[in-house]
Amino acid sequence: MPDKKQDLIDQKLQDLNNDGVDRRGFLKCMAWAGTGLVWTLSGGIPMSRAFAKDHDQSATKGGDFTFVQISDSHIGFNKPANPDVTATLQTAINKINAMPHTPDFIIHTGDLSQLSKPSEFDTLDQVLKGASAKDIHFVPGEHDMLSDNGEQFLQRYGKGTKGTGWSSFDHKGVHFVGLVNVANLKAGGMGSLGHEQLEWLEDDLKGRSASTPIVLYAHIPLWTIYPDWGWGTDDSEQALSYVKRFGSVTVLNGHIHQIMQKVEGKVSFHTAMSTAFPQPAPGTAASAGPMKVPADQLQRVLGITDVNYLVSGRSLAVVDSPLGDSGSSASGNGGGPGGS
Amino acid sequence: MTRNNVWVAGLAVPVMIAMLLLFAGSPSVTANDQPSAANAEVKIDNFVFGPQTLTVPVGATVTWTNKDDIPHTSVSTDGVFKSKVLDTDEKFSYTFTKAGEYSYYCTIHPKMTGKVVVQ
Repeated sequence: MPDKKQDLIDQKLQDLNNDGVDRRGFLKCMAWAGTGLVWTLSGGIPMSRAFAKDHDQSATKGGDFTFVQISDSHIGFNKPANPDVTATLQTAINKINAMPHTPDFIIHTGDLSQLSKPSEFDTLDQVLKGASAKDIHFVPGEHDMLSDNGEQFLQRYGKGTKGTGWSSFDHKGVHFVGLVNVANLKAGGMGSLGHEQLEWLEDDLKGRSASTPIVLYAHIPLWTIYPDWGWGTDDSEQALSYVKRFGSVTVLNGHIHQIMQKVEGKVSFHTAMSTAFPQPAPGTAASAGPMKVPADQLQRVLGITDVNYLVSGRSLAVVDSPLGDSGSSASGNGGGPGGS
Repeated sequence: MTRNNVWVAGLAVPVMIAMLLLFAGSPSVTANDQPSAANAEVKIDNFVFGPQTLTVPVGATVTWTNKDDIPHTSVSTDGVFKSKVLDTDEKFSYTFTKAGEYSYYCTIHPKMTGKVVVQ
């Protein structure tokens, strides 16, 4: 039964990407690369079961933990691709609350709102208040800094952060760094971190042991996925040069509303699904605008990402879960998008 | 009171029309009225400014309309003009009073660029 479910998800993803690369095969590829990072989808694939075994063995050691990444909730969006993004965010939170262990915290990788409106942020706060995890870290997306250079975002979600909202923290031996690559964007360019933030990052990482697992998170991908659509960060190379000496680096991004993964040396890149609406695979549509899918398919292309950290292998496992696992999860369904 | 206002408006409109006709016919007003026929539109569609390069005469008003489901902006790279955030179907207009080339972009999606040539 899990396999059947998995097949459905695989099939869906393959349909979306339409690139002829079978997801399961891709995952095997990654396993072969021996990165210590295991990706899977809810429902389980062989890799995740193997991983679960490790998890049991190390459970006695303590220090293992889980956190959840959510992204691109776009509260305020009301077009046919999803006329009720508040409901689908609520479904995502319900899903987090139903996890067997409460995650230590949640990371939101930006585009909280559609238009940076106070009422949109208010609605988001209201929904997030119901999350089992009370500690939530945010980085802004471009939609969160539309009219005031992110002032409002900083006031609400950026307490204790530097510059336009970047910050770092340590949790049970893992060092987390939240970066902002949506401020002061230049004509013709992609995402940008800027000189000041890069200097801060270099300084922040200096002196840390190379065996410290590092998690970088930011809204726009920190690797170039598709320049034509601006899916990348112009000065990410510089940032990544600072983490090269570390044994385990995980980069979590949003922005593109779909799962993408890449491994480069010891750095694993991962983008999350949106909780609001899907976007097309690179180059498969006239633009990166919201993708309309049949109403009953929507919850399969929205989702959350939970990340498990295992002390034993200093490894992180990134688990993507669609909102609708088997089509039976009707709660919070957006009311039926009017798409084709 | 209400009646009075209606009467004033009733009188004001024909007077204004008469004045407009007067000015339009007057050869002494040449600087401002001539390009009014050359107003132009830029449509923002599928994350593209169309046309990407627009040529207009001095004095023309250019109106940008966002046809996407996603908000955009139209902001001059030299700080000459700056729209507010344009949600779906919202518009922004700017009147170009000096000749020159004006590059602009969407500050939300900076890959989106365009140019207005004023001559």
